[in-house]
Amino acid sequence: MIDFVLPIALGLFSLSLLMNLYRLLKGPDVLDRILGLDTLNINAIAVIVLAGIYMDSRLIFEAALLIALMGFVGTVAMSQYLVRGDVIE
Amino acid sequence: MTLPFWLEALIAALLLLGAIVAALGSLGLARMPDFYMRLHGPTKACTLGVGCTMLGSLLYFSFSGEGFSVQELLITLFLFVTAPVSAHMMARAALHRRVRPEEQTRLPPRGLDPSQEPESDSSGASQR
Repeated sequence: MIDFVLPIALGLFSLSLLMNLYRLLKGPDVLDRILGLDTLNINAIAVIVLAGIYMDSRLIFEAALLIALMGFVGTVAMSQYLVRGDVIE
Repeated sequence: MTLPFWLEALIAALLLLGAIVAALGSLGLARMPDFYMRLHGPTKACTLGVGCTMLGSLLYFSFSGEGFSVQELLITLFLFVTAPVSAHMMARAALHRRVRPEEQTRLPPRGLDPSQEPESDSSGASQR
């Protein structure tokens, strides 16, 4: 049953990645692009975990953890740069 | 793989539900007319969808004979802690940059009333 559901879930997440990419390329404001990039990170984590189930290995979950960390730091740094003009004073 | 049937059905349901909810959140990100509305979709729906997917993966790898899997728990906790923080930062930056709300917004943010276009534009120009 998992083998049946897994391609459907991967297809839905790929559709979400395409919609986030649309918002990232089109977004009228800079903040729309930042939000699209943040959502792209979160969906990429889910795609990595689904690929881990598909390959039946836990080796690539550290990469997902790293992407989560770097995505959060990047989002906060970009928002902070837009508010203050610099990140670390 | 020798998972019992009910566990396999539960994992499949969690994976499917997570994928559907995350796709709905990304659809909201792509289709909503306004930044303040677009902020709602990913920060709530995508977090819930990815959380469901992580829970399914955690059940799958914990019961497939290699011991409890900690990485999914770490990723889920980290996402649930950091998603509201990053959404708050983006909303604050949007208010600071005076991103326009949509025309029909009731009770727009202070100073961003669409009916008072030139006044808020001049104050935004003087703030930079």
